Amino acid sequence: MNSSNHPTLPLTSFWNDTGKCGVSAWVFSTDHKRIGLLYLYSVLISFLVAVLIGLLLKIELMAPGRTIMGPVTYNALFTVHGVLMIFLFIIPGFPGVFGNLVMPIQIGASDVAFPRLNLLSWWLYITGALTIVLSLFTGGGPPDTGWTFYVPFSVRTGTNVSLAVIGVFIVGFSSILTGINFVTTIHRLRADGMAWGRLPLFVWSIYATAWIQILATPVLGITLLLVVAERLLGTGLFDPSRGGDPIMFQHLFWIYSHPAVYIMILPGMGIVSEIFPVFARKPIFGYKMIAFSSLAIAGAGSLVWAHHMFTSGISDMAVLVFSFLTFVVAIPSAIKVFNWVSTLYKGSISLEAPMLFALSFIMLFSIGGLTGLVQGAAATNIHIHDTQFVVGHFHYVIFGGAGFAFFSAMHYWLPKFFGRTYSEKPAMISWGLMFAGFNLTYFPMIILGMKGMPRRYYDYLPEFAPLNLISTIGSWILAAGLAIMMINLFMGLLKGRPFGSNPWGGATLEWTTPSPPPTENFDEEPVVTHGPYDFNRAGVP
Amino acid sequence: MADIEKDSHHIIRYPKLVMVWVFLLLLTGLTVWVSRLDLGVLHVWGSLAIAVMKAFLVIAFFMHMRYEGRLLRGLLLLTLVTLAIFIGFTFFDLSYR
Ligand code: HEM
Ligand SMILES: [Cu+2]
Repeated sequence: MNSSNHPTLPLTSFWNDTGKCGVSAWVFSTDHKRIGLLYLYSVLISFLVAVLIGLLLKIELMAPGRTIMGPVTYNALFTVHGVLMIFLFIIPGFPGVFGNLVMPIQIGASDVAFPRLNLLSWWLYITGALTIVLSLFTGGGPPDTGWTFYVPFSVRTGTNVSLAVIGVFIVGFSSILTGINFVTTIHRLRADGMAWGRLPLFVWSIYATAWIQILATPVLGITLLLVVAERLLGTGLFDPSRGGDPIMFQHLFWIYSHPAVYIMILPGMGIVSEIFPVFARKPIFGYKMIAFSSLAIAGAGSLVWAHHMFTSGISDMAVLVFSFLTFVVAIPSAIKVFNWVSTLYKGSISLEAPMLFALSFIMLFSIGGLTGLVQGAAATNIHIHDTQFVVGHFHYVIFGGAGFAFFSAMHYWLPKFFGRTYSEKPAMISWGLMFAGFNLTYFPMIILGMKGMPRRYYDYLPEFAPLNLISTIGSWILAAGLAIMMINLFMGLLKGRPFGSNPWGGATLEWTTPSPPPTENFDEEPVVTHGPYDFNRAGVP
Repeated sequence: MADIEKDSHHIIRYPKLVMVWVFLLLLTGLTVWVSRLDLGVLHVWGSLAIAVMKAFLVIAFFMHMRYEGRLLRGLLLLTLVTLAIFIGFTFFDLSYR
């Protein structure tokens, strides 16, 4: 239409069909696809910055003694790394990016239930993110408490904890509003014929996630405000000398933050549940059990939080109950793994980039999950608590699990929204580098932890040197893979070969609309006549 | 859904609102009075009971929940039950320390 059109993208798609393409047509857009892409760019920036910080941490740990930074800097950097990764990348990432981009189309809707609220969520996210960035350069400088903000240290430290915590509080609001929006959307806006039993499993997982966002995030908000109150007003809530209870902080914090790990992993599980059937050309095995286990994980997973506190002085009774419940949550997780493997069994598998990332998800997530049980068992927990074992474990779950699922989804779905796609070869090479680098980086940490190397220290005993060196070299291979992946992906999305409406042969609704979809998603209102993995009835056997 | 929208603009008359307000004041007085009695363990339960009554009044009348459809009331209940479970489970720690 005019020079503001996006030159390489089809005129009939959401990129151009409203005739509005300037910056304000994006940052004030209520189109779920534009908001999804805004989230994509925002969370990727946070991710890349945090990766760079992670690499610095690993360089510091390359050899014993001071390598490139002292303890004060190290403390600040692992805190910022953790806060960015958790609160600005992986928690908002799945709902914000793929929940927005894909979920409404998968249920046959033209947008989410509250498009303006959706835009407000993104603005709150940005406001919170900028507040966090501001906290690094003002007051006493970047917080050095770790991403967990434990009292009493977070109350006593002179660093800028108050502002950082307020930033996280604002991001929390964004998360709650997204949750409310998505629950409403999934209840009210499903297309004709889209019964609950026909919902794609990704939608089920986003639905379960949205409930956690609504029910658990307020607890985090309150907790963080209490830290601010404690710092500014000296309320004494967590101070035993004034009748307070420091362990109460840990309860409150983990009441949110354990369920939050399911905000991180459930959508990832949903994504691989979409990808396995498509790339194995077989309907998913045990649809109902996968959908149900998402809800079971969300529910039971909300009742295990004190497994982070076994060494903090909670009662033996609590250790017993929460350890038991932790093992209970392993059941629905194992159900999923079983169903995925059964889906693959005797399928005709094609190993393209999304599938490679999804397959490695199973392995890395299983290692993460099983090391989680080692920590959930009350006895072994004492030995490995606060060691590098924990750092290895949670990177396996949130990076190897959720992160790899995110990359899988980027390769699977982003071409849909750009109408162009990446080259397969570099994508596979980058996957290989990342998979190898990932294990080289984090498996040594698991061993180091069992040998007794603590977490959150810039220095260590000489006997830990060889494994740390391996781990640091691994982080460079991982970073090289990441760089190739990002460059290949975005060059392809902007300039690559065209991507048809359904190249993967998927049976869910997003593959019935053009790539990229029009602003209203469908040219005519869809009517759903078959299940999400019924390739025969979808005409893509 | 019709049953949500039907009553959402229900107008509560001033006399009723004032009555609720007076009740809330009375309950506040009761809280102060109870705080001066020596009730032992019942102390906490008594204060909690009064607080729950006050919360109920605010939610039912000032926040219009009495006049909302079943869905919204159900959702509110779900939230409260979740909160109760969260708080309840911390007592596995607190009561056995
Ligand atoms: C190349 C990628 C990454 C590298 C090299 C890396 C490295 C590290 C290192 C060295 C630590 C500190 C260990 C210690 O001394 O305690 C750490 C902590 C942490 N990382 Fe990463 N990491 C990476 C990616 C990620 C991702 C993708 C996530 C989450 C999505 C993540 C979440 C965290 C968290 C939550 C902490 C704990 C911070 C704290 O102790 O408060 N990391 N990481
Ligand atoms: Cu946990």
